[in-house]
Order: sequence, then structure tokens, then C-alpha cells
Amino acid sequence: MTATPPAPTALLAVRNLSKTYHVGHGQHLTAVDGISLSVMPGEMLGLVGESGCGKSTLGRCMLRLTDISAGQVMFEGRDITTLPERHLRPLRPRMQMVFQDSSACLNPRRRVRDLLAEPLRVHPGPDGRRRPGADIDRRVHDLMDLVGLSATALARYPHEFSGGQRQRINIARALALSPRLIVADEPVSALDVSVQAQIVNLFADLQARLGLTYVFVAHDLAVVRQVSNRVAVMYLGTIVEIGPTDSVLHHPVHPYTAALTAAVPRPVVGARPPPPLGGDIPSPVNRPAGCRFHTRCPYAQDRCRVDEPVLRPIRPGHEAACHFPLAPS
Amino acid sequence: MPADRSAPLLDVRDLCIGFPARGGMVPIVDHVSFTMPEAGILGLVGESGSGKSVTAMAIMGLIDAPGVRVSGSVRFRGRELIGLPPRQMRRLRGRDIAMIFQDPMTAFTPVYTIGWQIDEQIRAHERVTRAQARARTVRILGEMGVPDPERVARRYPHQLSGGLRQRAMIAMALSCNPTLLIADEPTTALDVTVQAQILDLIRSLRGMHGSSVLLITHDMGVVAQTCDSTLVLYSGRVAETGPTARVFDRPGHPYTAALLDSIPPLYGPRPDRLPAISGTPPTPMDRPAGCAFGPRCAHVHAACTTTPPALVPLGPDHAAACVLPAEGTPLPPRILRASNDTCP
Repeated sequence: MTATPPAPTALLAVRNLSKTYHVGHGQHLTAVDGISLSVMPGEMLGLVGESGCGKSTLGRCMLRLTDISAGQVMFEGRDITTLPERHLRPLRPRMQMVFQDSSACLNPRRRVRDLLAEPLRVHPGPDGRRRPGADIDRRVHDLMDLVGLSATALARYPHEFSGGQRQRINIARALALSPRLIVADEPVSALDVSVQAQIVNLFADLQARLGLTYVFVAHDLAVVRQVSNRVAVMYLGTIVEIGPTDSVLHHPVHPYTAALTAAVPRPVVGARPPPPLGGDIPSPVNRPAGCRFHTRCPYAQDRCRVDEPVLRPIRPGHEAACHFPLAPS
Repeated sequence: MPADRSAPLLDVRDLCIGFPARGGMVPIVDHVSFTMPEAGILGLVGESGSGKSVTAMAIMGLIDAPGVRVSGSVRFRGRELIGLPPRQMRRLRGRDIAMIFQDPMTAFTPVYTIGWQIDEQIRAHERVTRAQARARTVRILGEMGVPDPERVARRYPHQLSGGLRQRAMIAMALSCNPTLLIADEPTTALDVTVQAQILDLIRSLRGMHGSSVLLITHDMGVVAQTCDSTLVLYSGRVAETGPTARVFDRPGHPYTAALLDSIPPLYGPRPDRLPAISGTPPTPMDRPAGCAFGPRCAHVHAACTTTPPALVPLGPDHAAACVLPAEGTPLPPRILRASNDTCP
């Protein structure tokens, strides 16, 4: 008799996670509404959706950068939902974040050398002691090399760099403590197309070299496809469809995913776009009852207006929350 | 002055815009020339800092920063706009040439209703009563796909969603039936499903109003799906211009080709690495003596480094500012790769 291999532990898992904000007048905004998902080590998960869908809030909740209203966050199999900051801090080196606005994240009055050394000074080394200056210096040089910047840039200030280079500095700083998980929130959307491709390639290279796990929050489906092996599509605080990247993007079964992929203007002449989806995204303060998408869904029926669908399996590893999923194309 | 109907709608020749800096003049826009036919949609594409918005502002006569030098010629139906007295420019602006901006929240004033602001524009240009102006406002809002236009006209800008605000701004721009609409990144701040609605609207304008559109964008996808012709700007200069299908299938400038290649494909095989363009665009102050794209170009050689290359014709209405075609080594067509990225 052979022993069954232990089930692989998710690096990060959220269970029924909700985040509610009070918006005054006794009203509540549920940005994330009961989401469950897990991220396996080495996985690259893309979180996509339009503004207000809760993708950034979910990303921040995963790292406990905001307090969680309900549900659970597990990191390396350990419940960190209510862990006090003092106990969370030793875990922080293993979970890092990269933000959209590369200049807002970097103190304009500090040189790149100090910006990169700061996390190494704040957090103790692997032996639990303060890192020696020489180690920090070596690590800072390695980091610059890793993200493709020359060491001569170490003495310069953030404003002396272009947007793409500044994002490289941010990535280097996120990597300083050798994290296992990186949550990147729209890391390339502020960059010009010609520079965006460089940073997308950098994310792919770093994943291959360091075995990182990514949660990549973005609205650009083509960018997400390039850096993810699994994609979750969000609408008004919930996941409407999740599965392997090309399965979701090329053969969507949720009408919202289908509309989202169809609406992306492709750089191909002659491909006439389909008629656009009508209406606007409803306010997350005053969500529609039943399926959240029914107000805009071309296939909505009576059941969709009262009965909220839950995620259910469609194909291997591919789930969707729809009463009437589209036939595979 | 009667308008010359035989002249192109818009004829821009050698437009140069210089800003004072570091004790000299910095050429932000450097000898840009193009023409726009009647009822056409021209896409002006480029990265940030390429000079596309400044070009539009110069056409509208909206650059009044001290010390800025605008030279060259902008002819609208044969009439020169550069140096036009402010009074005459004001009569033209809003009535014959209208503009919409990326952020409708800052383009509307927050203290008046949407309807009030559109009425005001109509009444500034035409002798109509308040009631007549409001009736037209409501009709145009309705044509722009605004649900319940009478109610929306009584709303303040902050009470509308981004998509509705952008529709209201397009309605305001079209309220006096302009011949030319300049749209500066009209969908950049919008979500992709709402962007699709607005692009659909822009495409339908020429049927509805016979308007020509100068669409400024950084998104090659928006250009491919909306514009008849394309003008690619790089560092304040024209890199390439031509019919959109031609520019996308057989780009003549290495910048156009590289820019198209660097867009990740949504369909077809996924490349391990994106063919990225190395480096960043030069600032106008450090623009090299030769081709501005030279330092980032895979085909750069000695001939590129002396003077900026002139536009070389490559086909009907198609031209690129590159020495390669003249040297007999034009770029290969991109048609094959493009067809990979169509929806299955």
C-alpha cells in the first residue's frame, strides 16, 4: 500500500472574504463580497474586471493591507485574518506588493540605494540578527542586476528616472526580502505601450528565475494573459468566472466575461467589433438583487433577477457563476 | 470670408510648437504636416510626450502660455487659423471645430447642470431662445444614447457615471453641428465595456452628423477599430501616416512595426517574451540629431544619425519618415502575425 501524497498546501487562500466600507448616511459599500479562492505556489493568478469590481481591494485584503470585514485569509496554511501586526510583521518579507503609481511609492528625497536598502535594514536577516552593511550593499547590487538597472543608478533620486525605470525600482524593492508571493496592482497600466512590454517581460523572467507566485491585478486582458496561468474575472465584488487563462479568455461561459473579451479593441484592422454591452456598472452601494450582472446581461431571464448564481464547475479547473452558461464556442 | 469647399477640411503644414526652457526654445512639435478629408476619422497616435495633445491644442488655438511659439500653417477649409484674431477664433471654436477631452469631470464645471452648460454653448453661437436651446440639448443627449435625456439635462456632472458624462460631453461638442470634432483620448478614463459604447458612438457620428473626427489616442486597438487613416507621432515628429489597414499590415517605419509587435496578443499563440522596444523615448531637449527613434531602432545605421529622415511615399497616401525604403530595404509586411490575433 502506498501512502497518498499530502495534498499540496495553497500559498494563499481566502475563504468567504468580504470587505465592507461605511460610506455615510447609514449606507455600506461591499467592495468584496464573500470571495473564496486559493493560490498555489508558483501560480500566476490574474484578477481582472472593470473599475469598482473590487479587484484591488481583494489584492490588498490578501496581504492584510486593509482590515477584513468577514471571512478568512490563510498564508502558508496559517490563518492571518486577525493576526496582530506584531505577529504579522515577521511574515511580511514573504508577501510583497507592487503598486500602479511608481512615483507615489518612492520617497522623492531618498536615493535609490537607500530605498532598496530600507527593507533590508528594517527586517532582520535569516539568522534573526541585523544584516551587516556589506551584506545589504551586496544585496542592493544584486537587486539592480535582477531588474535590469545599472549600479550607477543607485546614487540617483526617483524623479531622475522614467516611469518604466521607476517601476523596475519598485519591483526590486518588493524583491529585496526574497518574497514568495507578490501582489501587483495594475503595475504596467500607467506605462506607455513600448515600455509596458519591457516590464511584462521582467515579471515573466523573475517568475521563471525565482519561482515567485503572483497575483496580478489588471484591467488589460491581453497583459493579464501574458503573465497569468489562471484568471479570475470579477464583477461587483464577486468572482463570476475563474479558470485556466486561455480557457476563460478564449472560451468564456459567463456572459460578462464574453462581453469583456469582446469589448477589448484589438490592433487588427477589419475585425468589426460586436455590438457593445449596454448600460453602466451598477453602484456597489446599491447592488441589483439576484445575479449582479442581470441588469446588463443580454440573456437574463426571470430566475436571474431573484436567484443569485454561485460558482460551479464547467470544465476541469474552470468555474462560472451563471444559471445559463454560454455553450462553448 | 467664404469657406473654400475644394480645399481639404483641415490642412496642417509644418506645424512647429516651441516652449521656452533652459534659456532656449524646446521644439515640442517639430514640422508636423497632415491633411484631413471631409467625413473621415483620423487617428493621431503616439506615446506620452509625443506631442499629440499639443498639436490638437494648437489647432484649436488654445495655447496661450507665455513665450510659446507656434509656427507653420493650419488651414481649416482654406482659412488660416494660426494667428487668427481671438474674436474670430472664438466664433469658430465650438461651432465649426469642437473638442472633447479625456476627463469629462474637469471639462464640465461642477456648479451648473449639464443642460445649462450645453444650452450656454448653443446660445453663444446662435440666436435661439432658452426653450429652443434646451429642446436641442435634450434631443442631442438622446441621440448620444443618454437614457431619459430630460432628466439628465437637469443633473450636475458629479451625479452621472463616467460613461454618461462622456456622452454628455460629446453631446455638448456636437450641439452646434461642428464639421470637425477633435477627441483627445476620449475613452482612456473609461472601462472597456463603456469604451466600446463610446467608440461605437464616435464611429456613427459621421453618418449622423457628417462630422470628421481627429481621434487622439495611445491605444493601437482603438485606432484599428475606429480610424480610416492613421498618423503616428514619435517625439514630436511624424513617423508614419497612411490608411489604417495599410499602416497596420505593412508598416513602413520601424517604430510603428515595433509598437504593434510589443502589444501582447489576446488570441493566438502566447509568445514566451514580448518583442519589447528597448529604452524610452527621448525628451524634446535631448532629441538626437538624426532620426529620433534611432537609439531604440533595430535597423539603425550611419545614414540615420545625421539629419531627421524626410517622409518617403510608400503607396497611396502612405508615407514613413525612414531611410530604409529609399535604401531598397523596406520592412517586411506584418499581415501574417496580425491575422493570428483575431478572435477564433
